[in-house]
Amino acid sequence: MITTAAGRSSSRIGVVTPARVLRSELTKLGTLRSTYWSLLVAGLALGGLGMIFAAVQISEWSRLALQDPSLLTAERSAFSSIDAAVGGYNLAQLAIGVLGVLVVTGEYATGMIRTSLMAVPQRLPLLWGKLTVVCGVTFALMLWFALIGFFGVQAIVASHGVDHALGDPDALRVVIGVALYLTAVAALGVGLGALLRNTAAAISALVALLFVLPALVAVLPASLGASIAPYLPLNAGSAVATAEIGRADQLAPWTGFGVFCAYTALVVGLAAYRIRGTNA
Amino acid sequence: MIELLDVTKRYGDKLAVDDLSFTVRPGVVTGFLGPNGAGKSTTMRLILGLDAPSAGEIRVAGRPYRELAGPLHEVGALLEARAVHRGRSAHAHLLAMAQTHGIDRTRVAEVLKLVGLTDVAHTRVGSFSLGMCQRLGIAGALLGDPGILILDEPTNGLDPEGIVWIRSLLRELAAEGRTVFVSSHLMSEMALTADHVIIVGRGRLIAETTVDDIVRKASDGGAVRARTPQADLLQTELVLAGEHVSVRAVARDLLDVSGLSSRQIGEAAAGRGIVLHELTALHASLEDAYLDLTGESVEYTAATPPADSDVTHKREKLAA
Repeated sequence: MITTAAGRSSSRIGVVTPARVLRSELTKLGTLRSTYWSLLVAGLALGGLGMIFAAVQISEWSRLALQDPSLLTAERSAFSSIDAAVGGYNLAQLAIGVLGVLVVTGEYATGMIRTSLMAVPQRLPLLWGKLTVVCGVTFALMLWFALIGFFGVQAIVASHGVDHALGDPDALRVVIGVALYLTAVAALGVGLGALLRNTAAAISALVALLFVLPALVAVLPASLGASIAPYLPLNAGSAVATAEIGRADQLAPWTGFGVFCAYTALVVGLAAYRIRGTNA
Repeated sequence: MIELLDVTKRYGDKLAVDDLSFTVRPGVVTGFLGPNGAGKSTTMRLILGLDAPSAGEIRVAGRPYRELAGPLHEVGALLEARAVHRGRSAHAHLLAMAQTHGIDRTRVAEVLKLVGLTDVAHTRVGSFSLGMCQRLGIAGALLGDPGILILDEPTNGLDPEGIVWIRSLLRELAAEGRTVFVSSHLMSEMALTADHVIIVGRGRLIAETTVDDIVRKASDGGAVRARTPQADLLQTELVLAGEHVSVRAVARDLLDVSGLSSRQIGEAAAGRGIVLHELTALHASLEDAYLDLTGESVEYTAATPPADSDVTHKREKLAA
């Protein structure tokens, strides 16, 4: 029997809804190994690298305390335990961006996209579903890892009196901000993936936008470079994940994050235009 | 019901589908035949809303595919078997599909059982053979219990047992009143499965007919093989017998005659006292009848030596 009583009666009523697409995308995300690897790398980087750097710093200070106490004081005052705590985002953003790319290009590479589009022929709900699921999972997990990193680092540096409480100026903003920034990077990855439909191309574009652009701008005349630099994606976006002390060449935290979100929205908008109009 | 009305699809300069119109009706298996590159897969992609037609109108279950509120319940499709993420298990793949329509988990288990993949439901698809992927694709097509099924070369990669299974499944689905539309480039395959056939070539409709009709044509137009020690004499005699007669010397004592029946040849030989050792009617194969329809048969019969590389190649492709 091809049709069973249960099959026909229960399945006849189904129509595609945004909530159902979301559920489906969550299943898709959760049933691929690459998801777990990307999130594991990002989580370890964000939650663990800060602690490693802090521990190295502490041992360096212990050495300085014996050799050059005045230098120790200078170093301590330049140290931000908040920035140290979330410093791992530099690596985490790459893993998260790749995750965002793979969620889309993995479907194009395997032909799965045709199955997906046959189930959701209006297409846009599919893109919104992927974006929502990837961003939701990224934010929830990265917030946890940022908190773990924060408290871990504060405990490590407490003996030198340079630790911060979550209620101190900038601390909570940076912890939430780093999770938000990584969420926006995930969205950028999804957008680039849907726009370029090719894993290698989309990851190259991501790396170029985040890491190559700053290197190119550095070659420009200093005056010109200095006026462009704050608006580069990485500089703009990471402002919200940086404590006051480190933002010499950056926009104000939320302004910078807004600029980054605007870039992301532009890429996602182009991707939405492409997925709607073209042949699959 | 699937309806195409004056459908044209262009990719750049290339015309993939050229003003194609046909209707696929429920209750029978309709074969979609044509050589490779005839536009079969493109047509199926157009029907499923994956590509947009350059001109014309396509309706499935009365609407354009993209306007269906629950497409998996209306249309089940198997395009290429590998339209699955290789990193996911068969169960996870089907579950994700099912969830878009709120289809129950039990239905996922049901279709997995139906196609015989229950034992490997939680194995990653990457390790599946082509035949297993094909079965998974069919499970996906049946998931929403749709009234219309569209399958692109479903027997590809299946073992003989799987091919028999597919044939009976398609017949069963049609017998339940569903519309079943199956593409193939093999006439012999379609003869065993389909009732109706739609034949295309270079993106155009060549024929819309029944399998019975093609089978009848195949048995009519065959040649007759005559073996005689007096081949030259018989050849001269037969050529004079009528203007549509053609005689080809296959070997020193062997003639292939078309345009005359065995009876006419026998009588002509007897009239001149020619000794016949053999007189055999050569039935044209189904593939020949099909080639006849697609217009490629002209090329085939025109080329005398079977070693002609181009023609042989074509035959092999069709038989592959």
